[in-house]
Amino acid sequence: MNLHEYQAKQILRSGNINTPRGIAAASVDAAVSAANELGGDAWVVKAQIHAGGRGKAGGVKLVKSLDDVRAIAGSLLGKPLVTNQNAPDGQPVNQVLVEETLPIARELYLSLLVDRETERVAIVASAAGGMDIEEMAHATPEKVLTEACDPLLGVQDFQCRALAFALELTGEAYKDFCRLLPQLYRVFIANDLSLLEINPLVVTADNRVLPLDCKMSVDDNALYRRKTLAELRDDSQIDAKEAAANAANVNYVALTGNIGCMVNGAGLAMATMDLIQLEGGTPANFLDVGGGATPETVAQGFKIILLDPNVRAVLINIFGGIVRCDVIAEGIIQAVKEVGVKVPVIVRLEGTNAELGRTRLAESGLAIIAAASLTDAAKQAVERAK
Amino acid sequence: MSILVNKDTKVICQGFTGRQGSFHSEQALAYGTQMVGGVTPGKGGQTHLDLPVFNTVRDAVRETGAQATMIYVPAAFAADSILEAADAGIEIIVCITEGIPVLDMLNVKAALRASGARLIGPNCPGIITSGECKIGIMPGVIHQKGKVGIVSRSGTLTYEAVHQTTRLGLGQSTCVGIGGDPIKGMDFIDCLELFEADPQTEAVILVGEIGGSREEEAAEYIRSHMKKPVAAYIAGRTAPKGKRMGHAGAIIAGSAGTADAKIRALEAAGVVVALSPAALGEAVQQALAAR
Repeated sequence: MNLHEYQAKQILRSGNINTPRGIAAASVDAAVSAANELGGDAWVVKAQIHAGGRGKAGGVKLVKSLDDVRAIAGSLLGKPLVTNQNAPDGQPVNQVLVEETLPIARELYLSLLVDRETERVAIVASAAGGMDIEEMAHATPEKVLTEACDPLLGVQDFQCRALAFALELTGEAYKDFCRLLPQLYRVFIANDLSLLEINPLVVTADNRVLPLDCKMSVDDNALYRRKTLAELRDDSQIDAKEAAANAANVNYVALTGNIGCMVNGAGLAMATMDLIQLEGGTPANFLDVGGGATPETVAQGFKIILLDPNVRAVLINIFGGIVRCDVIAEGIIQAVKEVGVKVPVIVRLEGTNAELGRTRLAESGLAIIAAASLTDAAKQAVERAK
Repeated sequence: MSILVNKDTKVICQGFTGRQGSFHSEQALAYGTQMVGGVTPGKGGQTHLDLPVFNTVRDAVRETGAQATMIYVPAAFAADSILEAADAGIEIIVCITEGIPVLDMLNVKAALRASGARLIGPNCPGIITSGECKIGIMPGVIHQKGKVGIVSRSGTLTYEAVHQTTRLGLGQSTCVGIGGDPIKGMDFIDCLELFEADPQTEAVILVGEIGGSREEEAAEYIRSHMKKPVAAYIAGRTAPKGKRMGHAGAIIAGSAGTADAKIRALEAAGVVVALSPAALGEAVQQALAAR
């Protein structure tokens, strides 16, 4: 689950980390009074969306008068912002963050993340801040510095010093940086983050180190014990169909094709999408109804798939293991009746009681096509979606 | 022979008296698994499914000589259950539970390095040696004793591989579902090493998916260490970047972890890669025939 920049910075502040002073505003008037409260004669107005690339997309503006604060906030708030990192229709800007400006001497890159290769929390830093770290790691891997932290010990002082020297920090900035890393590590652990990215981390003209931007993602699996963070979920930032699926506790990812998929198991669900493409079609979604598919979850799955107006056929692929295929067939029949499915439904059942399940489907009198095999199911779905 | 577990493996269940633990313990017993008891804190001394219930894993190990455990406790308590099992000297820890916080797993992995225990999972279907020992949630009936070893990150895709090899009369030695989480216990290479050394196993099926680089590492291992034929399938060629596809570990981060890169690496290592999940059985048949 992603957080907004202003929320992430609040979390940093509660970890005793200095950030630029700023106030989030949900209206133009609130933005102007935020600027007033902050004082000074220049501010940065930053659109709050769950995506990067805001600067290039015009979502971050330096302004030098309250009139400009009003104008920029007015141009951003309530409209979608499209960046090179989000969906073609962008994400709505419901808040702007109004911040003080800082005299910047250098821009660095810093992030903490769960590194699956070393199985540790890794600290990644670079002297080239403000750039895309992926591109940098690809083009100039030697400029990306990494320190992996032993989970039983946390980040050690020598690791902080090593990074600080490599980043050529001196004086106050060196001290700030070596103080900052253990604080960030504590914030990371205390909030069950999976990513904490500060890009850029700036060295100011008076040689202090401050996070100018901050992106945080919380481990979804840990939200049960981070209740105050769970309340920060912002469904306006994700696809409406995915939000509905989240609410129903269904694993769903919206795609751009026209064949809706409902599958038990994440791996098989991906494999089904791949097979559709192999047969010349395009999947409309990823949907995993879970190992124990029931009539209720199948009905729920149909409702979510059919929220997508592009869907021209639905392919259901179930490998009945512990769950019997005849029970699943009943569930499909019930769901098709209840939800009023108008598009062709192609079903592939395999595993326990598969034959009985196929018979039930054939005898249902509904326009449900029982496929003979996985490949046959994909072929039929592709054919009918044309 | 087989790997990791067989008809003599003594198995307990943590979360024994819960709904999942009860159901899958019954299934394991029906399959012939040598279940010797279970653990539910506070219910020690009771009998469940005609087996003794213990308060702690230590008690269970002392009284029954259990060597393996299957864990069905909720995600909030699962990391603790893994550590308890390792502390009690359990050799094979199979954690079925899905949704364990990733930071908990970092701690567990660090702690396990100091112990001799092998962890399978979490978020996995478990492990089964066909005809001998079933520890997990896989349907026993589709399995048939035979010569193919299977190692997989996905549950239902493992069932596909099992079903197809059974149909072709190849059967399976042992199937290990290593799970869909980014931080997990045994990985591809650990299992490949055991399969290579196991006389019953004549060929291996590896089922991978997007995310991470363990398939690439496995490819390198196969190229440099394995004589037995390997077939593979990688799920997620059509998965978009940056989206988590059901499994916590199934995500293409930036340009890393794509299915195509994994397929290229495996093919370069001489692995027969099936492009369709329906062709897994044929792929391993082809790999066997080529030797």
